[in-house]
Amino acid sequence: MVDVDRDDAAPPEGTDASAPLLRMEGIVKHFPGAKALDGVDLDVLPGEVHCLLGQNGAGKSTLIKVLAGAHQPTAGRIVIGGEEVVIPHPVAALRLGVATIYQELDVVDGLTVAENVYLGHELDRGGFTQRREATARTRELLARLGHPEISPHREVGSLSAAGKQVVSMARALSHDARVIVMDEPSAVLDAGEVQNLFRVVRALTQQGVAVVYISHRLEEIRQIGDRITVLKNGRTVGRDLPAASTPTAELIRLMTGRSVEYAFPERPGVPDGAPVVLDVEGLGLAGTFDDVSFQVRAGEIVGLAGLVGAGRSEILETLYGARRRTAGTVAVKGRRLRAGSVDAAVAAGVGLCPEERKSQGLVLDEPVYRNVTLSTFARIARGGWLDERAERAAAREQVAALDLRPADVDRAARTLSGGNQQKALLGRWLVHGCDVLLLDEPTRGVDVGARSELYALVRRLADAGTAVVVVSSEIPEVLGLADHVLVVSEGRVVHRAPAQDIDEHGVLDLVMEGTAA
Amino acid sequence: MSTQVESPPAKAARPSWLSGPAGRTIGLVVALVVLAVVGVVTGGERFASLDNVMTILRLASVTGVLAIGMTFVITAGGIDLSVGSLVGLSSVWASTLATQAMAEDVHWTVMVLTALVVGTAAGLINGLIIAYGKVVAFIATLAMMIAARGLAEMISGRQTQVVSVDGFLDFFRADVIGVPVLVWIFALVAVAGWFLFNRTTFGRRTVALGGNLEASRLAGIKVQRHLLYVYALSGLCAGIAGVMMLGRTTAGSSTNGLLYELDVIAAVVVGGTLLIGGRGTIVGTVVGVLIFSMLTNVFTINNLSISAQNVAKGAIIVIAVLLQQRFARRSSST
Repeated sequence: MVDVDRDDAAPPEGTDASAPLLRMEGIVKHFPGAKALDGVDLDVLPGEVHCLLGQNGAGKSTLIKVLAGAHQPTAGRIVIGGEEVVIPHPVAALRLGVATIYQELDVVDGLTVAENVYLGHELDRGGFTQRREATARTRELLARLGHPEISPHREVGSLSAAGKQVVSMARALSHDARVIVMDEPSAVLDAGEVQNLFRVVRALTQQGVAVVYISHRLEEIRQIGDRITVLKNGRTVGRDLPAASTPTAELIRLMTGRSVEYAFPERPGVPDGAPVVLDVEGLGLAGTFDDVSFQVRAGEIVGLAGLVGAGRSEILETLYGARRRTAGTVAVKGRRLRAGSVDAAVAAGVGLCPEERKSQGLVLDEPVYRNVTLSTFARIARGGWLDERAERAAAREQVAALDLRPADVDRAARTLSGGNQQKALLGRWLVHGCDVLLLDEPTRGVDVGARSELYALVRRLADAGTAVVVVSSEIPEVLGLADHVLVVSEGRVVHRAPAQDIDEHGVLDLVMEGTAA
Repeated sequence: MSTQVESPPAKAARPSWLSGPAGRTIGLVVALVVLAVVGVVTGGERFASLDNVMTILRLASVTGVLAIGMTFVITAGGIDLSVGSLVGLSSVWASTLATQAMAEDVHWTVMVLTALVVGTAAGLINGLIIAYGKVVAFIATLAMMIAARGLAEMISGRQTQVVSVDGFLDFFRADVIGVPVLVWIFALVAVAGWFLFNRTTFGRRTVALGGNLEASRLAGIKVQRHLLYVYALSGLCAGIAGVMMLGRTTAGSSTNGLLYELDVIAAVVVGGTLLIGGRGTIVGTVVGVLIFSMLTNVFTINNLSISAQNVAKGAIIVIAVLLQQRFARRSSST
């Protein structure tokens, strides 16, 4: 508020129409062990569609969570409508006219459209909800959004993803939102629905509402966007770029290249005579991905690159048996795996370090050693009687080999950092003795310093003869670590090449232009 | 977290020990002792006699056996509402004229075996529906609770079936070294349960499943099969309890074990097993059962009504769970 003068001075021409509705300056956000945002600037004009572009990990999600009041910035200023504001919690954001529509639409399926729109700020008189009033206003909001055909009485669970999105937007409008943030709204829509979404977005902007639009699809950004801000490594690296005319090469140049260079281990090269360990043939999962075939030899690392939602994790989970494949075969050392059976895959020597370590990988309240031996305690046991001494010894061996810290196997897994939790999972499969190791986002939530160490570990495992498959949304990670790269887009392998023959630009070109609606 | 790392280990040792599993059980034992002191003060000789101790233990034995099975189920992240009905069903099935006639010709253990098989089979059905049919445990076992009670009524024609087989009552009403057989059975089941829970792969799987079902599955544990076994175990315990009931009351009745599931779940939770699964304690369960049975005894000795007793029971459950949550918060924050 003290800085009102400076705000007015900021736009060079000084006309009211071009005064930013929202301005974020020098936003910094630290998490323990990681700097998610390191000086982000963003200014959004009334009635524009402002596109936020950046790779995974660039800080887009953190930024919109700061704006939505879900995270508190460590430093920086937020100015809305000329006044500096603090957004301590999500309700405060709504009061300031900032609404966020997340990818996983937060609607309640069991309630009607009108009930969802007024969820949390029900129209009431003396404790009784004013249903007729809410219905009428909802109908009005839906009409403003160009969707009068959606009945306010309809149960939201019966709507398509596109319909739910419209309900979310109606809810945003019911709060008199001036800025609506949309996090990859097109990811859940098909081509026709995307055009519908664009009509809704235009209807909003004509009424002076600003839309912050996040998408990986350049095609869409060119069609709907006005200006682009590019983030990289938690900083704004490109601002005020015209959405229609900025060359793709320029955008990709801004998005790639990192200030933090990870040290990737040397690739010794897979010897010609190395046997094929994992053979995936025509693998498919109905509605998710089709016809995925590849082989991994002993000592080889194969990387799957692509965007979130392209089907990479699903491919890993399906070949592991966590999802039941609908087509194709998976063979380990020439022996076919039973479909939909994780324990058969594990028995055949396949191990998975899953994407969500906490919900899929670890029993958080159990000690480290029990997490390390979760796949092997029955083998270590004698006739059904646990041998906890041998389990602890096996776990200690891995803790030492992987340099897991703190080196206390009796500590609850919950207390470890992300990198050390990942090491505990690697240790689990090392005790088991895997021929095939599947790594899904191995460095997610792992701080920068620990990453190089994990890369070296994975390479060492491969050198010892393990066949490794890595999935990561960080393209440089896949390119740096893998011997061979498959580019996945929309559930299909669109390109395959030795890692040294393809670069980040190439991969981004393939997945961004290839996914245009 | 950071404060504990920085403080000297000697200082950190005491609270971490008290907030650990041992500390929780000691808290329960203290509660038991306080209750005993109240009993001595108000009841005097009538409370503090060997006879009365055996009464308390005998009272605890049937729910105790059920509670051991329930500890596995709850630790695995489930619930079994059918145990009370299964006590009724297995006791009635074992006391039918047909079974008794067979037992007279062969041996009274036929009756025992019948009850165990009936209980286990019903538990297996629970397990199949939950693990493979993917029905929520609450609903599946609620259905079994209703259906098993109905089946027990059909079998008995709502008649009380007096046990007339030689040897059966002699065995179950006897004392061994001054301790009733029923109490011995409870002790045996508790000790076996402790070893199974803490020393075997079965117990480890149970904890892992309750702690994180998805992680257990992705680690290669056959989670569906294990769930099946856990519910079968609970059914077996219900069968054992059914036989004990038959021995104690000398009659099979479809109303045997009515509403026992509630006492059993209360004892397990008060004992320190987390209702959401992932952490359980057999010792805690035993102490929990003893607390409730001693409470009943103290109230009876003082000629207080069952209604007053129930009010006290309810209060104990709430206090115990509140304390548990405090412990859980502390142990997760250190």
